[in-house]
Amino acid sequence: MAAAGWHRNKIRIKTMIVHAILILLTFLCLFPFYVLIINSSRYHPDIQKGFSFLPGKAFLYNLKNLMGDPNLPVFRALRNSFIISAATALLSTYFSTLTAYAIYAYDFRLKKAAFTFILMIMMVPGQVTALGFVNLIRRMNLMNNFIPLIIPTIAAPVVFFFIKQYMENSLPMEIVEAARIDGAHEFRTFNTIILPITKPTIAVQMIFTFTSSWNNYFIPSLILNDAKMKTLPILIAQLRSADFLKFDIGKVYMLISLSIFPVIIVYAFLSRSIIQGVAIGSVKG
Amino acid sequence: MIKRRKSCVSYTKWGYIFLIPFFLVYVVFSLIPLISVFYNSLFENYRSGLNQIGPNFVGLNNFKILLSNKDLLTYAKNTIIIWIIGFIPQILLSLLLAAWFANTRLRIRCAGFFKAVIYMPNLIMASAFAMLFFTLFSDNGPINDMLVKMGILDEPFRFLSSIGGTRGLIASMNFLMWFGNTTILLMAGILGIDSSLFEAAEVDGASQFQAFRLITLPLLRPILLYVLITSMIGGIQMFDVPQILTNGSGNPNSTSKTLIMYLNQHLYSKNYGMAGALSVILFILTAILSLLVYFTISKRSEKRWG
Repeated sequence: MAAAGWHRNKIRIKTMIVHAILILLTFLCLFPFYVLIINSSRYHPDIQKGFSFLPGKAFLYNLKNLMGDPNLPVFRALRNSFIISAATALLSTYFSTLTAYAIYAYDFRLKKAAFTFILMIMMVPGQVTALGFVNLIRRMNLMNNFIPLIIPTIAAPVVFFFIKQYMENSLPMEIVEAARIDGAHEFRTFNTIILPITKPTIAVQMIFTFTSSWNNYFIPSLILNDAKMKTLPILIAQLRSADFLKFDIGKVYMLISLSIFPVIIVYAFLSRSIIQGVAIGSVKG
Repeated sequence: MIKRRKSCVSYTKWGYIFLIPFFLVYVVFSLIPLISVFYNSLFENYRSGLNQIGPNFVGLNNFKILLSNKDLLTYAKNTIIIWIIGFIPQILLSLLLAAWFANTRLRIRCAGFFKAVIYMPNLIMASAFAMLFFTLFSDNGPINDMLVKMGILDEPFRFLSSIGGTRGLIASMNFLMWFGNTTILLMAGILGIDSSLFEAAEVDGASQFQAFRLITLPLLRPILLYVLITSMIGGIQMFDVPQILTNGSGNPNSTSKTLIMYLNQHLYSKNYGMAGALSVILFILTAILSLLVYFTISKRSEKRWG
């Protein structure tokens, strides 16, 4: 009896320690963003004076100030980032599903070779081909154009891999065969039957492709240099290289907020399925 | 009979047709650039002031220059050091958290909330995150202000003028951005382990730590390997955070300049020969690591479906 009680106490203490550490980590993860919100809402001189835990009243002032800056086309950048990311999310997931379906549902001679090839190139980073890519885009006359940032994402091995994993688990071949007996055209079967069934994983992958495109800095900075075409990460780099001391710091915080919070807000609503998506792709045991 | 064979043939055709977009795009936007990177690496081709030098064929000379030069080695060393100081605490903490989240007896409250919070930094724009850290940790920024007011520091610590401070900040950002992701991968791995193994261990009187060391860790090895190698590939790619934090300089004194920052510098100065040779070296490194990832994945898939 006494031993059992001691054991129960031990677990209780351990649970308490675990919770304390989790709360500490939560603080660590959220604190930078808390400071960001606070400082986005304060006037430049107040921020210079020191930190305050309470928000100020300058949120709209900083926002208006940032949007009105002629050297930083923020509204354009928001729009550009959104167009590129949305188009990437749509095209990348659609064609990755098509590729995954081809490998999953059909038997053909080169199937295994194609699958092996995609897995092998999955982890090769885009940076190592950047030189050839930029030269190619220049020769195609597509510099300062969104096309070289959108079309290449049709070949997205990682997205393909996640969707194929999902099909493996949740798309019975009987459904595909039933559709075939009904005499459906293969391409129409894909669009009207397969796409709706894989919708849960497509939605999660869309969020991943959207955010990675939204956050992308390396390649866009090599392709887009016209002020009208710049995306948010490029503006942030530009702000960093400007003479920092001359800047209204409230505006700097506001630009960071505009880059970060759209993603956090979407994530707040969908975190459950996003985390499930991460776990599913991680191949079980 | 005839009818079935005919339909079979037409299905095969669709498999190939559906693969066309992927492979067409891959060949045009990745394979051709990759070949041109190899081609460029064999030519001397740069600007010296207003003069364009080359392109002249120089064989493997670019590689010779690059490998005999101290720069490449220094930047490789920087990249490795920053990666290690971020990765070691990351993998240890993630293992601990994963074991806790997977342990049903601990009854963690709001587990969903905690998981959501620790994963969140992974989705943040790295360049904006670096800019945020730059402002937070600047000489008269909020962190220094707080540390001085709380009496922890007598005067502001100049993080970005100190080697350890800058590398430490980059590593902490990498750590914050990736430990949640690693935790979730490892947790999924632990939950995939046959629970009867743990029950048997308990019956045999094994302590929780023994069960973790003798059952969880060995069975988790493939996933740990996967996490390690993908993190190494991510480490080689390290760019946005140090680039924005140090404004591309890799200061103090180039001690936080990474390999991709070096590549970026050659791309901007239009030294295509050097950029090509450096890209080839990075390609070979990442290709070897990618092959290792491929083998861990395909081995696991075989075990599962084979």
